[in-house]
Amino acid sequence: MSPIREYDSSWEGDIENKLTEKFGDKIKFTGQEIRRVYAHVERDAIFDVCKFLNDELSFEHCANVIGVDMKDYMQVVYHIDSYTTYKGECVELTVDVPNDDPHVKSVSSIWGGANWNERETWELFGIVFDGHPRLERLLTPETYEFFPFRKSYKLRGWE
Amino acid sequence: MMADDNSEQTKTAGQMPAMKPVVDVAAETAKMETDKMWVIMGPQHPFSHGLWTLKIKVDGEIVTDAEPIVGYLHRGWEKEAENRPYPKIIPMADRLCYAASMTYTHLYCMTVEKALGIDPPDKAKYIMIIADEINRLQSHLMWLAAVGTDLGNFTVFLWAMREREYWMDMNVRLCGARMTTNYPRIGGVRNDTPELFDRDIIRCTEHFEKAVWDIIGLIDDSSIYVSRMKNTGILTPEQCANLGITGPALRGTGVDFDLRRDDPYSNYDQIDFDVPVLKQGDSYARYMVRVEEMLQSCKIIKQAMAKVRALGKNAPYRLKVPSNVPAGRHFAKLEDPRGESMMYLISDGTDKPYRLKVRSPIFVNVSASRELCMGCRIADVPAIMAMIDMCLGETDR
Repeated sequence: MSPIREYDSSWEGDIENKLTEKFGDKIKFTGQEIRRVYAHVERDAIFDVCKFLNDELSFEHCANVIGVDMKDYMQVVYHIDSYTTYKGECVELTVDVPNDDPHVKSVSSIWGGANWNERETWELFGIVFDGHPRLERLLTPETYEFFPFRKSYKLRGWE
Repeated sequence: MMADDNSEQTKTAGQMPAMKPVVDVAAETAKMETDKMWVIMGPQHPFSHGLWTLKIKVDGEIVTDAEPIVGYLHRGWEKEAENRPYPKIIPMADRLCYAASMTYTHLYCMTVEKALGIDPPDKAKYIMIIADEINRLQSHLMWLAAVGTDLGNFTVFLWAMREREYWMDMNVRLCGARMTTNYPRIGGVRNDTPELFDRDIIRCTEHFEKAVWDIIGLIDDSSIYVSRMKNTGILTPEQCANLGITGPALRGTGVDFDLRRDDPYSNYDQIDFDVPVLKQGDSYARYMVRVEEMLQSCKIIKQAMAKVRALGKNAPYRLKVPSNVPAGRHFAKLEDPRGESMMYLISDGTDKPYRLKVRSPIFVNVSASRELCMGCRIADVPAIMAMIDMCLGETDR
């Protein structure tokens, strides 16, 4: 692993510059806080952004892959942490996914920790992660043919 | 052939028979065709501590693949939360993890406080530090008791459970309940520390700092126990980070990372404590990290109690908060006894969350069981999986 550094307030700007330089208008930054960087990424660039974060900026840990149903479209939110070069820093990436073509490239080949999170997001929201080694139901019964966390599925059943 | 051998033995009865190998075992084994086989450790194996099973693929005695099966306790926690007003989610958050319930409720309250843009009073923050550490001690002692029975040392179970009762009593003193406490509130805590709480908790801490050495001695002097933990389930720091393993298991491989210090929340930056890190990366390192953490928790409790006392009796401990949360996206992270837990909240301006996602550390840790068990023997599997400290309430949500 790369050498550990202590927190410095220039880190957020530094990460932003490096990502903008590499990906240009594919990535839009929506906010910054202490140890937090928020960004919106185009769907076709998400895998490359994640690979760049892991390989070049040493963000070794994918904490979370979250599905969100925004009714008109769906979203996938990634939280990616670093243990070494940017110790304690967390980058939040948001990707929009259209309802009629819910496909995103899987990042579980980069981080093993994303594997089950992606499976869970698929089974609950129906977002397909292309290239995932095993997209099968994990928490819900295998016989389910619907996605229970979508907004169209109400707490007591279909609308 | 056999008959000949027998007759020869009867002839030479009374003398020592000549030791000649009848079969060349190694050559015969190499010729044999063996099939790999899936074995289910369960359905209710003592190491599973709840409703889940582990399927392992074995080649003779050696584990070549492992697949945990979870989901029996999935109750749609996140969906349920979308249909409830914010304050009514607090008791539900207690039920996420029954061994350390206050950490999840604290995390939930922190997330909503962030969304509301409020900062709870200092006194509430220090009380919550004490509560978090009491829960960490409870959770680690519960784990130690479970590991004791898993690895065949029943006295450890009894002694760890006895020590845990004292911390349970502290929970009762603070909020009236033993396990699901319903104590933190959005904007502070439900009640101030009761009278003489500071005396009791310091007594409890001082007692525990001595008593824990009895338990450690019991384990470290038992060679059966230690040899089952040493050099099993070894992971490298790179593997551990990549697989998303967090908490004591991560620190047991030499990654020096603790959210309490490296991404401080709730006034943890005002408190002086060490983060125990060991480099071996085996089950024994995970055990030692947890034991060290318990001693550090005592140190934190003493400091936080001094801060609460210094703030005085009349310091505020709770803020009034509006019931509607302004639209936005917020997340908070917290160092759970088991790893990094996290909540992500999308609010839409109403009194109910639009989406509330829980990141459970165990859900990700247990997904790495293939890498943990690979290459070990069947008898090592309980020792390795016990170090995950399984809690199904948060895994399945």
